[in-house]
Amino acid sequence: MKPIFRGGLPRLSFILLIIIALGLLVSDYRGDSVRPVRSVLSVLLTPIQWLVDIPTKIADDISMVLLERTALIKDNNQLRSSSIILERKVQQMTVLRAENIRLRELLNASARVDDKVLLTELIGVNPDPFQHQVILNKGSEDGVFVGQPVLDAGGVMGQVVEVSLYTNRTMLVTDGRHALPVEVVRNGMRAIALGNGNHGELDVTHVPDNADIREGDVLVSSALGGRFPYGYPLAKVVYVLRDPSRKFMIVKAKPLARLNNSRYVLMVGEKPKPEPIVEIVSPIQSLEEGS
Amino acid sequence: MSQHSPGGIMIIMGTFIIALMLSQIPLPIFLEWWRPEFVALFVIYWIMALPQRFGVGFAWLIGLMLDVLKGSELGINAIAITTIAFITLLMHRKMRMYPLWQQAFVVFLLIVVNQFIFYWFQAVTGTTAGNFTFLIPAVISALMWPWVFVMLRSIRRTFKIS
Repeated sequence: MKPIFRGGLPRLSFILLIIIALGLLVSDYRGDSVRPVRSVLSVLLTPIQWLVDIPTKIADDISMVLLERTALIKDNNQLRSSSIILERKVQQMTVLRAENIRLRELLNASARVDDKVLLTELIGVNPDPFQHQVILNKGSEDGVFVGQPVLDAGGVMGQVVEVSLYTNRTMLVTDGRHALPVEVVRNGMRAIALGNGNHGELDVTHVPDNADIREGDVLVSSALGGRFPYGYPLAKVVYVLRDPSRKFMIVKAKPLARLNNSRYVLMVGEKPKPEPIVEIVSPIQSLEEGS
Repeated sequence: MSQHSPGGIMIIMGTFIIALMLSQIPLPIFLEWWRPEFVALFVIYWIMALPQRFGVGFAWLIGLMLDVLKGSELGINAIAITTIAFITLLMHRKMRMYPLWQQAFVVFLLIVVNQFIFYWFQAVTGTTAGNFTFLIPAVISALMWPWVFVMLRSIRRTFKIS
């Protein structure tokens, strides 16, 4: 008796498709060879992300329209007063900056340049709970590059891990695969802040038992990794456990950026240019040419 | 059966665009595990209903799109979705005979397979997975199945896709 399914089942194509998918998977994991495929597909799928974002946008607009006059006035007053406070700080800033530059010149240190900033809007969140990623609406067209730091008003949010033409994917600092070199503002102690996959929590690892770190300390990016500029606030230490039976302290920190509800974020920095190749001329040679 | 309605494929693709959108809608953090696997549910339905038109190749492409949207390594979802598509293809005749609740149970098992494949590969490529919370979507998907089934069937009947 011939089984019903024989012949009608695409066994061969199933096996082939699985093998192709495994090939894609391995080459995606190992290197950049399938990046073109991914970026073409993500450009094709960008409309879906936009469509998903539309309800949020409309809700935002509606709540804007429905805002009450009193609430608006209150908001406005608040903003005005905070702007005055900030302006006062900026006034001091100019003097402080000049002074800082002078001191740095005295120390022969390189002057710090202002970072270039790009305002970006968040249009999506990765649905996979294991991946803390968001989708932002600026892509390679706007000069976004892989590794670019992303900040919001509170502090460091994460870094770009994938760029397509019009959008990019940013890994948040709380993702289990993210690590960021930091230092404690109070005393300059260096550490590394790791995401641990929980929202709103970072692990500060390998802090020696006698290190000077306390609850309430602010951690800023230390620029040691070469990706994040120096001095952007990342997190506040909320928990310190000094356990003599362990080699290291257990330190937990809470990110200062509002990772879950920032809609407008900033992308800082410019694509690092490749180092210009300088021909090294030996002093003897230059002497010979000069004579 | 041999006469295919010309617009049918567009309608099917339309339902998949909706499924992909549903898989992207942001949820609050306490609900993030409670998202049904809409794309897998839709694949199961269309294979069960139209096995002669909708095969593993389609499922593979849809899985690849899901990979791009989810930002997982290319191919993980493709493997998971193609596998459950193949299993559905194996038993679609039986499944059609089942009452809805029994279908829902089979769907639960299929989504469990899907989740296991997906998170196993995720774990291999470096994302940590500690416990079995990733099976919650299978339960939710099974609970959603009757609604998905009835909705897609009415779509199929209204547009006479066969």
